Amino acid sequence: MAQAAAAVDDHGHTTTGISNFKLGFWTFIASECLFFGTLISTYMVYKGRAVVGPYPAEIFDVLITTISTTVLLFSSLAMVLALHAVQLGRKKHAIMWLLAVIAMGGIFLGMEFNSYLKYIDYGLTLTSSTFGSSYYVLTGTHKVHVVLGMIWMAILIWLIARDRIPPAKSEQVEIAGLYWHFVDIIWIVIFTLIYLIQ
Amino acid sequence: MSTDVQHASEASAPDHGHDDGHASASFYVWIGVILAVVTGVEVAIFYIEAMDPYEAPILVILSAAKVILVIMYFMHLKMEPKFLTWVFMAGVVLATFMVSALVVLYHVLPAFGG
Repeated sequence: MAQAAAAVDDHGHTTTGISNFKLGFWTFIASECLFFGTLISTYMVYKGRAVVGPYPAEIFDVLITTISTTVLLFSSLAMVLALHAVQLGRKKHAIMWLLAVIAMGGIFLGMEFNSYLKYIDYGLTLTSSTFGSSYYVLTGTHKVHVVLGMIWMAILIWLIARDRIPPAKSEQVEIAGLYWHFVDIIWIVIFTLIYLIQ
Repeated sequence: MSTDVQHASEASAPDHGHDDGHASASFYVWIGVILAVVTGVEVAIFYIEAMDPYEAPILVILSAAKVILVIMYFMHLKMEPKFLTWVFMAGVVLATFMVSALVVLYHVLPAFGG
């Protein structure tokens, strides 16, 4: 009985000393590495094999993508500061940083969709070439992840505003942070492999 | 522990150390600044033509450094049990192997008549 009560108090910690939620989420992130690995592989395999243009060097605006990449990097900083605030019980700071995460995610998406519109004007669509197909599927999947992350942050703000996430339950924000940082990591890889190494 | 002793132990702790094992806000800001600077260096390398022969390996190394910084400090993997590192690395190693194998298969081997 006492053991069962202790287990409940322990928030589902396993014999590894790691909570089930956290262990499960890191496993999910590892599987996401493979998921994005397949999409990046597909892009790399088809790289330079498109028989019709436009080609990457003709359309990519590295400067604009650098700005959006930096915005996403700083959203990761805002995320970690939000977690820090939750752990210290600073509710207003936590909400402010999470709003910053959503805002920077929105700016990133806005800039990227603006780039999409330009590429479409140049004639690069989902069906125009193997480059177009693999590029839009890879970056589009990443953007879906960003949107899901923004929705998750909005839910966290709602929960924090209603005092549902006290410092003792900061793991909920930590897990959301793991997701957001992972999305950031994937973009770091995409930025280098697709935009910089052309 | 008296309040004075507690304050003394907090003061003697390194800047990145906190009593919950996580870093201070200023430490995270520094990591963010480093990430932005490395991104700037990457873009500079992209635009400097003299760097073209070494561009790809340098960019991959800098990108890997950024990923490691985010994982270690923003995702707190440095402070987590080693087991989580192994779980995460399993996915990273398999994904890296898959991307590398396909690039070799489709881009490197054909160049050597494979």
